[in-house]
Amino acid sequence: MKIHEYQAKEILARYAIPVTKEVLCYTVAEVKAAAEKLGYPCVVKAQVLIGGRGKAGGVKLARTLADATSAAEAILGMDIKGFTVEKVLVAQGVSFVNEIYAGLTIDRNTKSVVFMASREGGVEIEEVAKDNPEAILKFAIDPDLGMAPFVARKIAFALFDDIKLVNQAVGMFQKLYQVFLDTDASLVEINPLVITSEGQLLALDGKMTFDDNALFRQSEILALNEPSEDEIKELYAKDKGLSYIRLDGNIGCMVNGAGLAMATMDMIKLYGGEPANFLDIGGSSNPQKVIDAMNLIISDKNVKVVMINIFGGITRCDDVARGLISALEQIKVNIPIVIRLSGTNSKEGLEILKDANLPIVETMSEAAQMAISLSLTI
Amino acid sequence: MSILVNKNTKLLVQGITGRDGGFHTQKMIDYGTNVVGGVSPGKGGQEVHGVPVFNTVADAVKKTGANTSIIFVPAPFAADAALEASEAGVGLVIIISEGVPTLDMVRITPYLKKNGTKLIGANCPGLMSPGEALVGILPVSIFKKGNIGLMSRSGTLTYEMVYQLTSNGLGQSTCVGIGGDPVAGLYYEELLQMFEEDPDTHAIVLMGEIGGDAEERAAEYIRKHVTKPVVSFIAGQTAPPGKRMGHAGAIISSGTGTAAEKITAFENAGVQVAKQPSEIPGMLKKLLNL
Repeated sequence: MKIHEYQAKEILARYAIPVTKEVLCYTVAEVKAAAEKLGYPCVVKAQVLIGGRGKAGGVKLARTLADATSAAEAILGMDIKGFTVEKVLVAQGVSFVNEIYAGLTIDRNTKSVVFMASREGGVEIEEVAKDNPEAILKFAIDPDLGMAPFVARKIAFALFDDIKLVNQAVGMFQKLYQVFLDTDASLVEINPLVITSEGQLLALDGKMTFDDNALFRQSEILALNEPSEDEIKELYAKDKGLSYIRLDGNIGCMVNGAGLAMATMDMIKLYGGEPANFLDIGGSSNPQKVIDAMNLIISDKNVKVVMINIFGGITRCDDVARGLISALEQIKVNIPIVIRLSGTNSKEGLEILKDANLPIVETMSEAAQMAISLSLTI
Repeated sequence: MSILVNKNTKLLVQGITGRDGGFHTQKMIDYGTNVVGGVSPGKGGQEVHGVPVFNTVADAVKKTGANTSIIFVPAPFAADAALEASEAGVGLVIIISEGVPTLDMVRITPYLKKNGTKLIGANCPGLMSPGEALVGILPVSIFKKGNIGLMSRSGTLTYEMVYQLTSNGLGQSTCVGIGGDPVAGLYYEELLQMFEEDPDTHAIVLMGEIGGDAEERAAEYIRKHVTKPVVSFIAGQTAPPGKRMGHAGAIISSGTGTAAEKITAFENAGVQVAKQPSEIPGMLKKLLNL
């Protein structure tokens, strides 16, 4: 789950990590008032749950009230990669001597939290990562040690030459690690972390994402969730125990298991078709899931044919078959369905489907090819 | 021979009284796996499918000598269940539960390592050595004893692959579902080493997927240490970046973790990569001169 910059900085501030003075605004009038209050220069920043806003023109510097007004008019309502900007952050301008990158994330290889840091912070950090990967330092944090003072010092000495900055950074890095643990984050990033002209460390920007698996114990974080239109559908699916992602094609897919669902999409594409969605009906099966999944698939008007690919393990094919029969009784499905059932209780499942008069095939490549040819004839 | 599970496996089921735990206990017993006990706090003294239930893993290990434990408890409690098994001296722990918080896995990893407990999962289908033992939720009818070792990040894709292998007369030594989470137990490198050392494994199938760089690392490991033929498939070749494809680990972020990068890494290491799972049996037969 993602949150906005202003929300991330509120969390950082709660841990006494210094952040810029700023005001969240929804209207041009609010921006004007905030700019007058904070003084000039100030920065007007789009708050959207997608990266790359700076390059899209969603961040503007204002030296006067007129600047702030035109920035607000330009940014509020702007579209950034499909996201409409509904709010902006007006932040006090800061003069600084250097930009640092500091971020915490999960490292799959060491199976630990990793602290990433670079003396070359700022918007170009992804290019630094690509062109000059040695400039990004990585410190795997032993879960037993945590961010012990000496660990924080090791990182701080790698970033700063001035002992005053090292001392500030040690406290800040320990707090950052604590934020990460306390919120079940998957990313906590300050970029840039600046050294102000007065020699203070200050978070100019903040970014946090969270582990969806842990939201059950993070009610405060969950309350910040602002799903986009696509995500609302995905959340509806999640609520029903399904994992759904809408794509642009016309072949609706219902599959059990994420890997098989991806392989099914790949297979459709390989034979020249276009999948309309990724849909994993998950493990432990109950017939209601199939009904919900079918509703979700056909709610996408681009879908011309539905391909069902089930390999039963913990999912039982007879449950899927029963769900499908009742789905077809409850909802009007006017498009063809192709079914492939294998694995746990597949015999029982096929028996249940025998009278439904649906095309049933043995392998997933047959299913994909049949689905594609049906999608072309309609 | 096989790896990790075999006729000597003495299995505990943690969460044996739940719907899935109970159902799959019966399936494992039917297959011939030696299920020696179950654990369900507060239900000690009961029996499930003729298997004695204990309140704690320590009790169960003391009474049964269990050496392996499979965990079906709800995700919020799965990490604690794994620690309990490790503390009781269980050498191999498999977490089937889906949705375990990543930091829970990070927290338990050092303790299990210190205790010498091997972990598989979470969010995985378990593993199986055909003809010897089923420790998981895999559908047994598609398996056949033989000499192909298989590892996969996805459950149902494992089944798909096994089905293709068996239909083409290629049996399996052991099939391991390593799970789809970002932080998981045994991974490609450890399993590649085990298969390399297992005399009954003649070739290895690695089913990867998008996200992370584990496949790239596996490619490097194969180049340096694996002499047996390895073939691969990468799921998610058509997945759009920035979208999490069901598995918490399957996401292409800022241009890394793509299928193309993984395929290149494998091909550079001499590993053939199939366009679809059904090509793999043919590739294996050629490599093994069958």
